[in-house]
Amino acid sequence: MRVYVPADSAAISIGADEVAARIAQLDPSITIVRNGSRGALWLETLVEVQTQSGRIAYGPVMPEDVQSLFDSDFLNGGAHPLALGKSDDIQWLASQDRVTFARVGIIDPLSLEEYRQHGGLVGLKSALGSTSESIIDEVTQSGLRGRGGAGFPAGIKWKTVAQTISTEKYICCNADEGDSGTFADRMLIEGDPFTLIEGMTIAAIAVGATQGIVYLRSEYPHAISVLQKAIENAREFGWLGAHVLESTYSFDIQIRVGAGSYVCGEETAMLESIEGKRGVVRAKPPLPAIEGLFGQPTVINNVLTLSTVPMVLAQGAAAYKARGVGRSLGTQVFQLGGNIARGGIVEKAFGVTLKELLETYGAGTLSGKPFRAVQIGGPLGAYFSAEQLETSMDYESLIAAGGMLGHGGVVVFDDSVDLAVQAKFAMEFCAIESCGKCAPCRIGSTRGAETIDLIIQGVRVDENKKLLLDLCEVMTDGSLCAMGGLTPMPVKSAMANFPSDFLGAAK
Amino acid sequence: MKYSPWSQDAARLLLATLRDEKGPVLMALQLMQKEFGYVDQECVPLIANYFNKSRAEVHGVLTFYHDLRTTAPGEHLISICVAEACQSVGARALEKEVKSQFGAEVTDSYCFGNCALGPAATVDGKLIGRATLAKIKKART
Repeated sequence: MRVYVPADSAAISIGADEVAARIAQLDPSITIVRNGSRGALWLETLVEVQTQSGRIAYGPVMPEDVQSLFDSDFLNGGAHPLALGKSDDIQWLASQDRVTFARVGIIDPLSLEEYRQHGGLVGLKSALGSTSESIIDEVTQSGLRGRGGAGFPAGIKWKTVAQTISTEKYICCNADEGDSGTFADRMLIEGDPFTLIEGMTIAAIAVGATQGIVYLRSEYPHAISVLQKAIENAREFGWLGAHVLESTYSFDIQIRVGAGSYVCGEETAMLESIEGKRGVVRAKPPLPAIEGLFGQPTVINNVLTLSTVPMVLAQGAAAYKARGVGRSLGTQVFQLGGNIARGGIVEKAFGVTLKELLETYGAGTLSGKPFRAVQIGGPLGAYFSAEQLETSMDYESLIAAGGMLGHGGVVVFDDSVDLAVQAKFAMEFCAIESCGKCAPCRIGSTRGAETIDLIIQGVRVDENKKLLLDLCEVMTDGSLCAMGGLTPMPVKSAMANFPSDFLGAAK
Repeated sequence: MKYSPWSQDAARLLLATLRDEKGPVLMALQLMQKEFGYVDQECVPLIANYFNKSRAEVHGVLTFYHDLRTTAPGEHLISICVAEACQSVGARALEKEVKSQFGAEVTDSYCFGNCALGPAATVDGKLIGRATLAKIKKART
């Protein structure tokens, strides 16, 4: 008898370990598989039973519910108030288009056998039988763009690294997922780490790199331990090491752990941090693709970008780019969080509307109070109001609406939110996390927080709003990287979309 | 949480494990903190000499990163996420409440990646979803 109890950090945070322990205590003969989360975090802890007609789900299960599950004969799919029917028929999940997250929540994250049974290593084997040029061409053709936030075409970046001559090249995976409202990198690593390893190996073969580094944030200790074990399993299997799957390629991966700095998610600050230095942003050029880690040509891609590559190679560029709209091709892993009734991972083709995400999937606010604002793309992303819910969720439409997709985080606020306070927080966060290299970011953020404070207090409101917009322009145009350059986005969008929160004392 | 008492000799043995690493300074500081609970001031010249860096470079790294601390921690470490997603479900109120109870043990954090089940907090490294003062108290015991 097999029962699945997720070992995803989010599931564990609300009692999955206790649920698993209680099940084991009540029937020690059960094989408990600790899978990743399927992504419906509002149903965690989601317990699944393997039956002859497929997996039957129960959730959200609290440790105190376990006894009653046994009483209802859940091992044979018995009726229970928490019964959800077949896992594959849960509408919230079944209506998604899982590509990058195809295996997350389905398999045992550390079982290479299950990974291969579910289509793993097909992409890598295809790459091993191919040339550098045709791998890069396939990735370029697929339209896959950087999922970290910048949206730069992955294939073009790879091509630059492949064409730069050096005996030492690196694949750096950016897993410094610091944006509030984002957790897809963490869930992918905890739920299907071999996909990331496969994507990095393919990138290495394509550009001629031998060393991979995953820069993983310290706030994700569970992800660090899962990925470390997965790397060790891959080495034992002969996948990583001197001869990748008995080929002539050599590739290995090391994890470098972050130390609580948000700006180290910026790619050049990340390189400095991996080199063991202060996470201070580098000026570009030189591009990291030409002079990156330790001065060598370096591919830097986000976890989701690299983890999508195996599917692109396995199923072909055409299958991937058949999804999406305009220049935003394929799927995006949206993350619904904040004050939302049904939060979690929603992977859909680009072009889904914000309304569909918030209403069909999110099902309104958690508090039950009216919806007021949504911040898209992390702490540097824009705040949108109820009037903008028809916005299509793709790179270009969000830019046109004054925002950005970022890493795909969607954070909901109910009507208790004060957008002037949120705008002030955006500046304060920038002041705390700025690397300090350039003045617009280092000084502008502090001055910005002070100025918003004056507006909130009702001091010379019109004058200070003008000053604030002027400061935002300086930060946008004068900052070295996205930290200072994008901090004005939440501030300006809050002012534009929620003007009634910026009336000072007259409010 | 249990840490070893600070000892230069033990520190040197640990640093030896990083001898072949490229760019080892941050890793070295993290290793010191993991073993001793904090980075003792004696670590700065020790690491500088060991890896042939200047004291200024090591001090610069030590003071840049939020994770690194230079004083011994108390018996418990509580961290409350106060980033936007957790703010939207009452993290600021929770922060105030927890700080008034446990003061010096409490630090702010920005995102544990548990944004759909906020507010999030950690107690001695254990992640708590839908955190409340009661849950934090329970985890602390």
